[in-house]
Amino acid sequence: MTRTFPGVIANQDVDLTIHAGEIHALLGENGAGKSTLVKMIYGILAPDSGQIDWQGNTVSIPNPAFARELGVAMVFQHFSLFDSLSVLENIALGMDSKVNRAELKSRILEISSRYGLPLDPDRHVYTLSVGERQRIEIIRCLLQEPKLLIMDEPTSVLTPQEVSRLFETLRRLSEEGLAILYISHKLDEIKALCHRATILRNGKRVDVADVNDESTSSLAAMMMGETLETTTPRIGNQAGELRLSVKNLSLEAADEFGIPLKNINLDVHCGEIVGIAGVAGNGQDELLMALSGESVSTQSDSLFIDGKACGQLGPNKRRALGVAAIPEQRLGHGAVPEMSLVDNTFLTAFQRLGLVGGGFIKNSVTRQFTEKVIENFNVKSNGSKAFASSLSGGNLQKFIVGREILQNPGLLIVSQPTWGVDAGAAQTIHKALRDLADRGAAVLIISQDLDELMAGTDRIGAICAGELSDIYDTAALSIEEVGLLMAGSALDEKSLATGGLNNV
Amino acid sequence: MDILIPTILTIITAATPLLFAALGELITEKSGVLNLGVEGMILAGAVCGFAAVHFSGSASFGVVAGAAAGALLSLIFAALVLGFQASQVATGLALTIFGVGLSALIGQDLVGVAYDGLPKVAIPFLSDLPLIGEVFFKHDVLVYVSLLMVPLVWWFLTYSRAGLVLRAVGDSHDAAHAMGYPVVRIRLFAILFGGAMSGIAGAYLSLAYSPMWIENMSAGRGWIALALVVFATWRPWRVLLGAYLFGGISILQLHAQAMGIGIPSQVMSMLPYLVTILVLVLISRDQNKIKLNSPACIGKPFHPTS
Amino acid sequence: MFKLVKRPEPSRQMVLVSPLLALLLTLLAGIILFLFMGVSPTEALYAFFVEPLTSLYGWAELGVKATPLVLIAVTLSVGFRAGIWNIGAEGQLTLGGICGGAVALLFYEVESVWVIPLMVLAGIAGGMFWAAIPAFLRTRFNANEILTSLMLTYVAGLLLSLLVHGVMRDPDGYNFPESRLFSDSALLPIILEGTRLHVGWLMALAVVVAAWIMMARTLIGFEVKVLGQAPAAGRYAGFSQRNIIWFSLLLSGGAAGLAGMIEVSGPIGQVLPTISPGYGFTAIIVAFVGRLHPVGVLLAGLLLALSYLGGESAQISLNLPLAVTGVFQGMLLFFLLACDVLIHYQIVRKTGPVSAIADQDTTQATTNTATESK
Repeated sequence: MTRTFPGVIANQDVDLTIHAGEIHALLGENGAGKSTLVKMIYGILAPDSGQIDWQGNTVSIPNPAFARELGVAMVFQHFSLFDSLSVLENIALGMDSKVNRAELKSRILEISSRYGLPLDPDRHVYTLSVGERQRIEIIRCLLQEPKLLIMDEPTSVLTPQEVSRLFETLRRLSEEGLAILYISHKLDEIKALCHRATILRNGKRVDVADVNDESTSSLAAMMMGETLETTTPRIGNQAGELRLSVKNLSLEAADEFGIPLKNINLDVHCGEIVGIAGVAGNGQDELLMALSGESVSTQSDSLFIDGKACGQLGPNKRRALGVAAIPEQRLGHGAVPEMSLVDNTFLTAFQRLGLVGGGFIKNSVTRQFTEKVIENFNVKSNGSKAFASSLSGGNLQKFIVGREILQNPGLLIVSQPTWGVDAGAAQTIHKALRDLADRGAAVLIISQDLDELMAGTDRIGAICAGELSDIYDTAALSIEEVGLLMAGSALDEKSLATGGLNNV
Repeated sequence: MDILIPTILTIITAATPLLFAALGELITEKSGVLNLGVEGMILAGAVCGFAAVHFSGSASFGVVAGAAAGALLSLIFAALVLGFQASQVATGLALTIFGVGLSALIGQDLVGVAYDGLPKVAIPFLSDLPLIGEVFFKHDVLVYVSLLMVPLVWWFLTYSRAGLVLRAVGDSHDAAHAMGYPVVRIRLFAILFGGAMSGIAGAYLSLAYSPMWIENMSAGRGWIALALVVFATWRPWRVLLGAYLFGGISILQLHAQAMGIGIPSQVMSMLPYLVTILVLVLISRDQNKIKLNSPACIGKPFHPTS
Repeated sequence: MFKLVKRPEPSRQMVLVSPLLALLLTLLAGIILFLFMGVSPTEALYAFFVEPLTSLYGWAELGVKATPLVLIAVTLSVGFRAGIWNIGAEGQLTLGGICGGAVALLFYEVESVWVIPLMVLAGIAGGMFWAAIPAFLRTRFNANEILTSLMLTYVAGLLLSLLVHGVMRDPDGYNFPESRLFSDSALLPIILEGTRLHVGWLMALAVVVAAWIMMARTLIGFEVKVLGQAPAAGRYAGFSQRNIIWFSLLLSGGAAGLAGMIEVSGPIGQVLPTISPGYGFTAIIVAFVGRLHPVGVLLAGLLLALSYLGGESAQISLNLPLAVTGVFQGMLLFFLLACDVLIHYQIVRKTGPVSAIADQDTTQATTNTATESK
């Protein structure tokens, strides 16, 4: 099979070949053009020029239905699932041919048992975990009996244990002759799973490599193009006084689609950075909102800041106590898309900086502070009047982080600080968080990026299904152990001789 | 008995237009589109249906004209909402305002014109049954059609493939688009169906319920139909229940007035509106229930990015 | 074919161009409509848009008609910006008329400068009360305010009918469903001799200025804007959705009530079975055409007031039905909503390579938003 694509800005003269039975990695950083390439293969985007050869014949793929007919199946990074429909209905929607429901159900059960993908066809999607949702997508693809399976960043939502189970399934499939195009920017996964790799950078193909001949660092070099300053792990930070103390905090879910928080206990001290790992959708948003005051507890004594009970205080009362929070969703939560940066500064700074006088907004002071944020954090924008939606993800995140940090918070809670952000901005943000902690503030990072947490925190725990694990010294844990925490299992105390110290 | 049979008969005629309009809106909303223009489409259907009968003399042509008028107005809505990315709430309101004005303009010469009403169709044998036959099997054809539409819509949504796709589009238009379903076309059909059904509801008002044309004769039924869809938590059989419940209330207040109960007529006339509010409150109280049943994409604009 | 491409930022020019474009398209559609009806378009347009303004009296009438439209639309826009859809302003106006009228009739014998202020307060309170019902039902029971406020409009109409057929009826009025004519101290002072222009117009202007300042410069205006655009960001900032629902409904209800009181105490001078030709609904159009901005609303209010006057003048001089006004108003809103697409989107030719038509910034911003939404 040969495919050639030259053309769009996102992809320039990219070539890619995959053979039957091969697990082929498509490697590149965020924005390297991986998604564009596979969208063209799957018929979602039309290439401007170039051609696709399928089993020796040149084909043009006008739409996904035709791609599926050819034998191309795709598991998207963001699942195309319908929450209010059942698993069976979801799968039926993915089938191009008309199938009898009873027959379809038995085929689903057959495939799910053959490939170790347990799934109940009659359950509604909104009741399923992320891992289970991915299984729907995979089964949906396998039902088409595809010849090429495309998987877009499939592990970003899985625990390490779920990842190894997925890899087993994928290996079995490739042994049966299925070609798999595996998109990722995680090098160790590619080392573990793939046979060959095509590396993309800035929309161009850099190289095709035989994975066995390369080391992770040589792959990294090809992917990045330049070696980045690696962050040194935090060691030997002496924690100061207790700043945030959460005691048996429970919170009901806002609706059927939310996650209830169960009995959260957590201490964060001045000068330390605590990390909370976890797979997406396990209560991270809910935890951030419970800490920031967006959701208030029924119990005032479930949360203390500097010893003051504030479980029932709203966001602005907590800001007055020195709390700052940065939510995961930047546009629409951390910032209002169609408002200027000045307005977006006012959004969270009016309380601590006293930007309101007699009900009126102090415009010039707000603008000055905005300009300070833009300058100190090197935010690229068309000035302070630019809309938040006009900024790139990295610049917007720098703006939001800067806005909160320059208010000198005593406690900063940040969710997914560098998600979808370019490497340069990520570095700026990580440094800013460290500096803040070094100045004596308490910092809590909630993240799905394990590397970020292992490298940048003093202590670490994980959240799973709304329950928070114990918190351990980061240096004392291996990635696998954090993986166990993410899966909701407790660690064996014996293996953690050093970890018990800061145990809550 | 002398009162009971006519009462039941009038309840059926009062419920029928609500049933048509609410079932149509149900399908529209299931596809993820909120069309607040039901009232305007009903009025357009009413005046066009009446005009068509007045000029052609054919009752069936009147019904078709009513449906066409409703569908035509909904086409404007669809063009704005699907094509021009306009706000569904604002466009729906505009449609109602436009429909009220347009129907008054078209109908200015029809005010005061009389019509006999749709012919009744007696179903053979069944209509001869004592009592039951009189009550259930001697209606105009639209009553039967409206009742048939309930299982039809239910079957369509629950068992047909097209219905599944429709629900999928309403649940997540992005996912449906990613899977290659033509979101805009599906929504267009859903909107047109809703428009045609509202048009028929209007035609029923001006041809059967009170066979004449009066400005604003729908008197808020379009809005009540919208409330009925919420009341029914987007389920066809509960729409049937709701429509007959409301039909019953509006007829009871008429009969109460006729019997000279010592309550001012205006107070009795408030009843259907107050009950609508009450019902909305009762059903909306449980936020989870609404959230679980309402199509997730309702009211959200869809603009394919790729 | 053409295709819509999202702009990186909404176009600020188009915000102003769009209503003018819509007005132009409405006029064009109007010409076609008049041709259909067999009326000379030039005569009809003259009757509609020029004739009413050929006299001072006409200009004053413009203010009289614009007063309720502007009052209601300015405050409705505040709610619309917050995503609160008060559709029942017509009912709140009716309640304001009832309460204001009730005060006038209660103090029929009293000659005092305090009657008018008391009527103003009663009118505002009546409108607020009627708007408080949907606010309560929304915040307490999550009931959709569009449907509840609208249902209450029908109830208010029936309540008014009940009262003018009953306790408010003129005892010497031969059983006509009308109240007594208000005494002089219950009539709004005229500000332009020889016309019907009354102090209500000044109140409307004052509300415009106040709303402008509120939306542009105050914390509460900021809260309204944030909660309307991004409710999650509003909660993050510590703003309360519940407070804004109450605030915007009470504000628009109060203003609608004031408008109702102004109608009965100004141009009408008594309580009638109908006190508004649909001002509460037309105000929705005014709010949109005026871009939900106080100054825009003022201009749009004058425009839509002109459509009422034009309708009346066309009825007299050309024998056109009054319903033409409603059709015009509806068309204007349709065209406006269609033209508004240009604020957020650019129209580009579909054929040709993507790189040729989208400039660098656009592509970059779109990819950014795409990444962001993931």
